[in-house]
Amino acid sequence: MFEMLLIEGLAIGACYGLFGVAVAIIYKTSDVVNFAQGEMGMMSTFVAYQIMTVYGWPFYIAFPATLIFAIVLGMAIEFCFLRPAKEPTVLGLLILTLGAEMLLMGLAGWKWGAEQKDFPFLLSVHDTIEIFPGFALNEWTIGVFVLTSVVMVLLFLFFRYSKLGIAMRATQQNENAAKIMGIKVERVFSITWGMSSLIGALAAMFFAARSVLDPNFMMEPFMRAFAAAVLGGLTSIPGVVIGGLILGITENFFGYAWPEWKPIVAFVVIILIITVRPSGLFTKHYVKKV
Amino acid sequence: MLAVKNIETWYDLIRALHGISFEIKQGDIVALLGSNGAGKTTTLKTIMRLLEDDQPEKGTIEFMGKRIDRMDTEEIVRLGISYVPEGREVFPELTVMENIQMGAYTRKDRQGIKDDIEGILKQFPILSERRNQQAGHLSGGEQQMLAIGRALMSRPKLLMLDEPSLGLSPLLTKEIFGIIQRINREGVTILLVEQNVNMALKYSHYAFLMENGRIVRADKPEVLREDDDVKEFYLGIATETSAKGYKRYRRKVRFR
Repeated sequence: MFEMLLIEGLAIGACYGLFGVAVAIIYKTSDVVNFAQGEMGMMSTFVAYQIMTVYGWPFYIAFPATLIFAIVLGMAIEFCFLRPAKEPTVLGLLILTLGAEMLLMGLAGWKWGAEQKDFPFLLSVHDTIEIFPGFALNEWTIGVFVLTSVVMVLLFLFFRYSKLGIAMRATQQNENAAKIMGIKVERVFSITWGMSSLIGALAAMFFAARSVLDPNFMMEPFMRAFAAAVLGGLTSIPGVVIGGLILGITENFFGYAWPEWKPIVAFVVIILIITVRPSGLFTKHYVKKV
Repeated sequence: MLAVKNIETWYDLIRALHGISFEIKQGDIVALLGSNGAGKTTTLKTIMRLLEDDQPEKGTIEFMGKRIDRMDTEEIVRLGISYVPEGREVFPELTVMENIQMGAYTRKDRQGIKDDIEGILKQFPILSERRNQQAGHLSGGEQQMLAIGRALMSRPKLLMLDEPSLGLSPLLTKEIFGIIQRINREGVTILLVEQNVNMALKYSHYAFLMENGRIVRADKPEVLREDDDVKEFYLGIATETSAKGYKRYRRKVRFR
């Protein structure tokens, strides 16, 4: 029983972590918590659903098509909502993302309706694969672990070694200086949103495969992922994933002991962290000395 | 090389530059001097186009015969102007190496960048020692060197420095000015904004004196050094004393 709870918690935690990374990437570059993140993922998942069930195309076409849609959607939201903001404050931008969230939710409700649907995903929660004798995991769990690790490694390499990745970090630390270097700051933001939306869509598809698909389905995962991100410290990508894992395990064990209290775990974690260690468990943020 | 003609820059309803014109010749070190709030930094920012999108309100800026006013900052960088901002503005959480690499962001030639990084590290041995440290952990002087090294990575024809001596000890200031002179000898034209008038006059070939958003003097440093007003208010050499030992009003300097 213990192992099952642990693995299940780790798997869902990795999923939270992955989605938290999407939130963290945008936070890292522009100090904005993107509240539309969940709905962006929801929208992308619906597009995958549309391609597979309505147009009847196979998963291996729907999947990349969805990812491309996610990138375009992220960039479009940045372009249409955040960029036109004149002399924006962080709070103003935050409210803009809230507006974008409602707009997306309304759009999805109008197009696909509020009824719950099954999301036909490649990896099922019910089919298990025996990894080595006596130890079996379901496909979904394996998928989450593999995907999260791959995304983490790619992001690490990207931010550490690629010119664009370093430029993104530079932009976050000092936008004006980045401009002076000849970095196209607006393009950096656009790419950030595209990347974040892509990762969010990946995680959202995994969430949809576990639960059901409706315009509200990303609300709770988003809140949990946000809690995970706060727990790990919003600016550290590995921190966010570890935060996700911790949250997943805590939630699962807590839910086993007191099932009716399971949903509040994430919020208790947010409150605790913000009161005790607001910068998160794993960040040491540079404070500019005057 | 750089010709600024009659530019006016506004901060909302406040006119910061009241029609400034000056010219910089290739190969010179040109100093832009003046007290706080005279508009020196605004001039540089206007040239780099770091202010509001619709600035400068009036006037033209030409660089190597090409108009660059209202061009995007990154295009200006590509044309060969590099800017070391006031207060250094290194990327605090990037390593020294990464900071230097960012200086070459607009360049594509890998081998050239590699060679230039080697060159910069040779020029600033202290940066070479600390290449893997976070830039935020460097001392002020090291950060200034990093900022200058980073600005050189785009292979500029014109390097604009905003108060390179800010917050540095006299010894370090001297070192920085030595570096600036060396860079100039290698063929980079330099536009220098300074409050340290004494140092700036020592190293520059030509100087402009700004006051309240206007250029009030433009001459060779030897001449400015002998000017009574400059002597008294910038160099601190009092020529006449009042009963209390200081002068309460300065002579009004008018636009030429």
